[in-house]
Amino acid sequence: MSEQKLSLAKGLNSGLRAAMEHDDKVVLMGEDVGKLGGVFRITEGLQKDFGEDRVIDTPLAEAGIVGTAVGLALRGYRPVVEIQFDGFIYPAFDQIISQVSKMHARSLGNLKVPIVIRVPFGGGIGAVEHHSESNEAYFAHTAGLRVVACSDPADGYWMIQQAIASDDPVIFYEPKRRYHERSVVELDESAGAPLGLHDARVARQGTDVTLLAYGPMVKTCLQSAEAAAQEGKSLEVVDLRSLSPLDLPTILASAKKTGRVVVVHEASTFLGMGAELAALVQQECFYHLEAPVLRVGGYNIPYPPSRFEEEFLPGLDRVLDAVDKSLAF
Amino acid sequence: MSDLEDAATAERAASGEPDAVHHHETVVGTPAARAGASRPEHEVPLRAEGVLTDGGPDTVRFLDAEGNRLQTDEANAPYAKIVEDMTPDDAQRLYRDLVLVRRIDAEGHALQRQGELGLWPSLLGQEAAQVGAGRAMRKQDYAFPGYREHGVAWCRDVPPENLLGMFRGVNHGGWDSNSHNFHLYTIVIGNQMLHATGYAMGIQRDGDVGTGDPERDAAVMAFTGDGGTAQGDYNEALVFASVANAPLVFFVQNNQWAISEPNYKQFRIPPYQRARGFGFPGVRVDGNDVLAVYAVTKAALDAARDGQGPTLIEAFTYRMGAHTTSDDPTKYRSAAEVDIWREKDPIKRMRGFMETKGYADATFFDQIDQEADELAARIRVACQQMPNPELPTMFDDIYVEPHPVIEAERTEFVAYHASFEQEGAQS
Repeated sequence: MSEQKLSLAKGLNSGLRAAMEHDDKVVLMGEDVGKLGGVFRITEGLQKDFGEDRVIDTPLAEAGIVGTAVGLALRGYRPVVEIQFDGFIYPAFDQIISQVSKMHARSLGNLKVPIVIRVPFGGGIGAVEHHSESNEAYFAHTAGLRVVACSDPADGYWMIQQAIASDDPVIFYEPKRRYHERSVVELDESAGAPLGLHDARVARQGTDVTLLAYGPMVKTCLQSAEAAAQEGKSLEVVDLRSLSPLDLPTILASAKKTGRVVVVHEASTFLGMGAELAALVQQECFYHLEAPVLRVGGYNIPYPPSRFEEEFLPGLDRVLDAVDKSLAF
Repeated sequence: MSDLEDAATAERAASGEPDAVHHHETVVGTPAARAGASRPEHEVPLRAEGVLTDGGPDTVRFLDAEGNRLQTDEANAPYAKIVEDMTPDDAQRLYRDLVLVRRIDAEGHALQRQGELGLWPSLLGQEAAQVGAGRAMRKQDYAFPGYREHGVAWCRDVPPENLLGMFRGVNHGGWDSNSHNFHLYTIVIGNQMLHATGYAMGIQRDGDVGTGDPERDAAVMAFTGDGGTAQGDYNEALVFASVANAPLVFFVQNNQWAISEPNYKQFRIPPYQRARGFGFPGVRVDGNDVLAVYAVTKAALDAARDGQGPTLIEAFTYRMGAHTTSDDPTKYRSAAEVDIWREKDPIKRMRGFMETKGYADATFFDQIDQEADELAARIRVACQQMPNPELPTMFDDIYVEPHPVIEAERTEFVAYHASFEQEGAQS
């Protein structure tokens, strides 16, 4: 039986296991990833099965984790780093920007650092400060990094394996509020991954407005499309999956088809992914557009205390409001 | 290394420490203690102003300022045999390295002054620290330098010409690290300490520690300066290396100055004494005494390859020149201080030692000077003839695998430049 109903957490766990079985140079590192299996249990059971040398409980120092991952990669390993929460990645920012992203280029192609940095990201779980951030734009802005975001269990299972197989460093975002949502995953390797790591996916076909989303907002957009359908509006939902590079052909095809685009993400809108997408869509689809590209995102404030988050994060109402604005042009 | 191993075990037994913590052996103490001499470290107060010009009684030293062999004392005794085992040939090779490395550095400085290089960070005064450390390494060991380690690069057979590219602005590092087991220079202070630590953790996972095979067992050297010891990455590297018991030698060249800031603005406890707090030995060595640096580094590397974990070496030395060619040290330090250190010159000391011992004659010293002249000429020509990079190559190797944005920009860039050539051809 190769089809199973899995949670995103289990999909990721199974994908990590498959990658470790496939290549003994794959090592997992992070805070509490061993016996505990990580605070979200994504690495549960892996230390028991692969040993302490391959699933490394590190000291609590993110620069240290990423910096030593660079050294391991230079020695020929493929480290998969877990950053415990999105807001804890900043101590490692210097290593990621100054070293990880530049190593291949500055060595004239002699060195590579195939590191995956897993980041549980986004809000919606009622967490305390620093536990709900969406910092993907910082990394997508940086040449030398690849940045992807999974949105469902199947992507969790396949994309983590593809990211590990990539010879480039990958920042791998996981929507933590979707960790426990379940759907059917095809685990049969012989069929191969359904999509490439950097392919976008049309998650729902539609004709009136395109919603561009990734990570936790894909489900929000699908729900929005469902609600809109009941009002007779046909929304197309594109799950970007890859934030750097972007799958422009898929994005632009949808934009040209509907002529109206709304970008939805949890991150603050100012200089976020939506800004880049809006620029690219207007540049490449100018004569196809019926309305300016609109953005729905977090407000441009620090992530607020969780009692505010339902209003801070894009939800159905704000998405559908933007859809109506787009249609009204 | 069985002597060291026995001593370490004995020390642990005497102190009542458990034999092993988890699956790693943990050895804490000075290398001297590891070698059997149990004694407390001396307090070395940092002066509130100015800099120290002597490393204090813990400093391992074999040569005085004139190159006379010093008596065996508590500090140098654990390393005396390594020095005694060195042959006149060994001494000649080290001397040659010192002179050639100084000449490489002088040429780099001159090329900057002539406008051929944008910047040059001089190692003047630190030749013995770098040559002693570099020559203690084996082929399979790996070094992670900062950006002043031209002498270590020399010991790792990196052609000196290849160091110039980054300072001329034609690349960010002009050598293949893995061909020399010498990583690229790292400019963000301290970043490389973590890379060295991770690399050493990889050596452990490859099983290349403690096998007893001298061709196989490997260790890593991580280089930084006194300024680097304040960095988070440095301190995290010491934590990670300690916990992993990694085969690693942290080599801190304390050249007294982090650009304009003296030691007392960097730390209250000298780097070698801080090692113990991280859980492994630290030792201060006279960084201007190439024999002492070689011996101390060799012992630390042997211990690391043997599975005894990291050591921190603080080479107490002095940056005779400016921080880089962009710096003006007359604004922050006295000529008198520089004069004190000039008397401790590493080459003068080694030459004095060799002359006293009769290890070399005037012909040898003349030959080395002549070789240095030839090397300098070679470097100068190579620098002057170094071509500018082909413009589209700036898009090369950003990613290992194809990337649509890079490909599109490269295509656009090439077409844009070609459009000027077409215009030129038409007019």
